[in-house]
Amino acid sequence: MSDAETRVVVVGASLAGLRGAESLRQAGFRGPLTIIGAEPHRPYDRPPLSKAVLTGEVAADATTLPNRVDLEADWRFGDPATGLDRTRRTVSLASGEALPYDRLLIATGASARAWPNPAEAGLAGVHTLRGRDEAEALRRDLAAGPAHVVIIGGGFIGCEVAASARALDLSVTLVETGPTLLAKVLGQHLGSVVEALHASLGTTIRSGVKVAALEDDGAGRVARVRLADGTVLPADVVVVALGAVRNTGWLAGSGLAFDEGGIDCDAQGYVLDESERPDTRIAAAGDVARFPHPLYPGHRIALEHWGHAVAQGQHAGRLLAGRAPEPYRAVPAFWSSQGGITIKSVGLTTGADGFVVARGSLKAGRFVAVYGQAGRCIAAVAFDCGRWLPTYAEHIAAGAPFPPETGGVDAGPFTVLPPAFPDPAHKDEA
Amino acid sequence: MSDHTLFAQIKDEAARPDPYPLFARLRECPVSRQEDGTYVAASHAAIASLLHDPRVSSETLPPADRPKTGNPLKDWLVKPVRDHITDTHRPFIFRDPPDHDDLRAAVMQQFTPQRVQALRARSHILVDEILDKLGDATAIDIVDDLAYPLPVTVICELLGIPPADEAQFHGWATQLATALEPDTLQDDDLRAENSRTFDAISEYMQGLIAQKRKDPQDDMLSGLATEGVDGRGRMSDFDLIATAILMLVAGHETTVNLITNGMLTLLRHPDELRRLREDPARAPRVVEELLRYEPPVQFRTRKTLCPITQNGVTIPEGAPLVLLLASGNRDPAIYAEPDRFDPDRADNRHLGFGGSLHYCVGAPLARFEVEAALVALAQRLKNPRLSIDPPPYRPGSALRGPKHLRLVIDGIAPRAPSAG
Repeated sequence: MSDAETRVVVVGASLAGLRGAESLRQAGFRGPLTIIGAEPHRPYDRPPLSKAVLTGEVAADATTLPNRVDLEADWRFGDPATGLDRTRRTVSLASGEALPYDRLLIATGASARAWPNPAEAGLAGVHTLRGRDEAEALRRDLAAGPAHVVIIGGGFIGCEVAASARALDLSVTLVETGPTLLAKVLGQHLGSVVEALHASLGTTIRSGVKVAALEDDGAGRVARVRLADGTVLPADVVVVALGAVRNTGWLAGSGLAFDEGGIDCDAQGYVLDESERPDTRIAAAGDVARFPHPLYPGHRIALEHWGHAVAQGQHAGRLLAGRAPEPYRAVPAFWSSQGGITIKSVGLTTGADGFVVARGSLKAGRFVAVYGQAGRCIAAVAFDCGRWLPTYAEHIAAGAPFPPETGGVDAGPFTVLPPAFPDPAHKDEA
Repeated sequence: MSDHTLFAQIKDEAARPDPYPLFARLRECPVSRQEDGTYVAASHAAIASLLHDPRVSSETLPPADRPKTGNPLKDWLVKPVRDHITDTHRPFIFRDPPDHDDLRAAVMQQFTPQRVQALRARSHILVDEILDKLGDATAIDIVDDLAYPLPVTVICELLGIPPADEAQFHGWATQLATALEPDTLQDDDLRAENSRTFDAISEYMQGLIAQKRKDPQDDMLSGLATEGVDGRGRMSDFDLIATAILMLVAGHETTVNLITNGMLTLLRHPDELRRLREDPARAPRVVEELLRYEPPVQFRTRKTLCPITQNGVTIPEGAPLVLLLASGNRDPAIYAEPDRFDPDRADNRHLGFGGSLHYCVGAPLARFEVEAALVALAQRLKNPRLSIDPPPYRPGSALRGPKHLRLVIDGIAPRAPSAG
């Protein structure tokens, strides 16, 4: 394609969108580039939003991501995409404009899953956390010194918010329907370690119970959380941390294959239409992209990981610049900091049929757990000793045998245990 | 010449001024077996992988070799501090998790941002004082006149060593740094001298620790001597002595070399020297590129606890392993034009501070000490020229740097108004 006549539009002023645009330029693309952002902000970094931003150590507006490359882009902030017409090759915006494209990168990310009862979700003091404005709103409410904070959902965001609220010395209750915190991703053994950590920080944990309702004070503000077992928890601030839904609604009518779990892509990163045919003018990257990963065959996965947004964004940029890259196959990896502990993970635990503590010990709280499926290593999770993980990432990428070899630094004899994911069967985590 | 003598050639003093062509030849085979059974990793990828590999151990120090009486209790009672330390309380650079992690955490807890920032400001003052004292000199030796005195003063202030004892520390640090060279173990005289130095410094430290415990000050040694970490107790006296000695040695010799290598490199790249003089804000980029281009720690040694296959080579269990950091830093697979000194390089993920568990604890300290030194030298030395190039080098191949770096100058300018 001749650059001068090729227009590239990036939908999503996100980490994946920004890195995608940079990689497009680095790959030599010189044509017009437009980046569309639903929010009124330049691309920003999300990991601090559940940690240092909530505790006030870092201002929400200090999370703007640096531009690593001079993009010479036409930025459109606060003007979300509302539709995609693949026949006329235009993206329509909330402002009414229809932007023509020759190549399109979809990096619209995800939003926090709302509390299912809209009236209760709309009460003052009820928060979700995904974006910068949400983080700032929650920070303000926490800074006001509420008497009781209740967090619904013991996943990574729920756990991080709980630790941040405890760092502010607030009274915190964490409610999780599963048997332990983080059981869905890590299994119950490691979930218990996380639970002990949060208990030691002073968080009250209610596992294995559902939330029945959020109750108001009669004046439109949340006052109580009623649990399914009848317990009523006083609550001035409620954080709903029930995962994310992908921002795909604007694709309605586009003919592409999508749902709230993401937009389907092929192995290269091109989006698929409803007949599973790739549209080679359009790539997707980051949270929103659901793609086949060679290490985890049999289904498509969508990953909400920071490093994945970077790597897949860069991959998509090269793809759209005509530098047909190899299929994307980076080993998934993420981290979470909570209460002074850093949890790092490589690979995906989904479908693991066993795990071993390969180094350190659960009791000491510093260890590497390796997860296997059908005789191969598929994931490794480190608590406070993430430096070993690159080795395990290599093993996972190579399909190394499970259980892994014994021996080496800080390793004792180990036994293969079931990971004890909660029922119903461990679903696609992503 | 065949491949398996390349590492011996690197250790040979003849290679000291420019070992980089030998590194390039070693990288042709990223992991190679040398004639003495040592395995050398020379590519960036292989080094990075082995640094993160839990089958690779840092416990490379041999046990103390003293005559045994046959009575274990007596052996334990009479052995000098150095034997306790080499047997069971090795400095954490030579230890693996979990012990390594506890000791390192204790040090990191004392390495507070406040202390580091205070020393940053002190570094500028110290550098200016040193240059002020040189007055109207027309020749200086970067090593003796600046690079040596600065780090020893900084590390002594951090630890809380009384200024009067600094000169003594200087000598001890120089002697003990030879222990990081791979061939020290083969040299009986050197080992004996190191042992005597170790005993002297241990005795001194024991006294100082007792004093700090009685009368704690706001310094690192007082903190280590009186505070525990994360609910664990404070470290044992043996560990404390080993840690203090480690800080002294590791914080000293390496910084000397980085300052000296830095000035040498800048003098060989006059445009970069001029740019630094005109824009001191370039200092962090310059230092980062120096850590890649002329790292003071050229390699570190490890041993394998299990057989490891890396780049198609199976390294057997128990093999001595050399991670050739300075070679990884010149790997064309990672860096465009690796042999060019270019402070504007993007994504400079050098191995100058090592990596993984044992990543240099003192990295922030080293960075700003060297920034302060190079900026002051660039701004205050009038028309500096190398008297001799290449300069004479010290014998070490692991810690590599000039023995002297003599410059002819037209004088020393007064302090820049921004300094300090």
